[in-house]
Amino acid sequence: MNFEWMAWTLPTALFFTGIASMLVLMTVWELVSPTVEAKGFLPMRTTRGDRLFIGLLGSAFIHLGWLAATDAALWGAFGVSLVWTALVIRFG
Amino acid sequence: MDKVQDNRAWFLIIPVFLIVAFSAILPLMTVVNYSVQEIFGPGQTLFVGTEWFEKVLADERLHDALFRQIIYSLAVLAIEIPLGIVIALGMPGGRSAKTSLTLVLLALPLLIPFNVVGTIWQIFGRGDIGLAGATFRALGFSYNYTSNSLDAWLTVLVMDVWHWTSLVALLAYAGLQSIPPAFYQAAKIDGASKWAVFRYIQLPKMRGVLVIAILLRFMDSFMIYTEPFVLTGGGPGNSTTFLSQYLTQMAVGQFDIGKAAAFSIIYFLIVLLFSFVFYTIITKTGSGEKQ
Repeated sequence: MNFEWMAWTLPTALFFTGIASMLVLMTVWELVSPTVEAKGFLPMRTTRGDRLFIGLLGSAFIHLGWLAATDAALWGAFGVSLVWTALVIRFG
Repeated sequence: MDKVQDNRAWFLIIPVFLIVAFSAILPLMTVVNYSVQEIFGPGQTLFVGTEWFEKVLADERLHDALFRQIIYSLAVLAIEIPLGIVIALGMPGGRSAKTSLTLVLLALPLLIPFNVVGTIWQIFGRGDIGLAGATFRALGFSYNYTSNSLDAWLTVLVMDVWHWTSLVALLAYAGLQSIPPAFYQAAKIDGASKWAVFRYIQLPKMRGVLVIAILLRFMDSFMIYTEPFVLTGGGPGNSTTFLSQYLTQMAVGQFDIGKAAAFSIIYFLIVLLFSFVFYTIITKTGSGEKQ
């Protein structure tokens, strides 16, 4: 099957590989130790998957905000996003 | 006896997975791929990194369209939700021919295709042959939705109210019908006023359906395209150009595929954010009622 129409690039391929790896890892983690709904600093009870989703959605907006606000390299936004996602997953 | 572990059922979801992959996942991945490239034609692309995102985020016309969109969605909610509740409160209860007739009449606007709604209002508002337009002119108003921004806005807004208030009314009506008569009897014994009955019995009991109504109307109005496109074409000027229409102009009109892809992703993220917030509120409301 020819996927040339999808206009793949290395960065986007890496991006989707990252997302797919996270989903696989979360599935394995769920099988090894099933999630329990918990209440952290977020205003509602969340599962591990909910917190990953909130972390990723927040990361997307962090990147957009970074692009809108500064000309500095996007790695800064990436670093902030990692910290944000880790905080949400651990304490959210 | 031990339970037999059989994972063959997983194969049954393969058709759905394939359909979703081809209709949603692969197109979305393609949009992401396009958003980081300049697209000249099939197979002719140039990697540009985050340039399109920077351009879209700095685009004044996009800011205007987003601002317009938010004002429009809030106006839709501010009118349709209270109006829908008032209509539901005035509807006849119980099982009677009057109830059935009211429900059918209310459901009619919901059954009309979007582009037909636009056409109906386009003709209805015309000053020469339209009932509303000609009436306004006969009364001495200089109403013209093709040249006056305010008239265009009001027409698009009234059209949406005409099209969708029924949905809110029907949902609110369903909420009202689920209130047991004992609540009203208790209120009568206490000598509660009509306002108190509404405030402390009807409104809390309608909360669940109203959250759904707000969610549906917000999402729909936030993604509105067909009706204003048919009615005003986004004009006069850009006064009724909302996000979807601006996106279409960019992608189809100017063939600015890369920029339109970046715009689509930002639009998608905004819709995703609102959906998540509303979904969380709805599920919380549901669990609150169960307790």
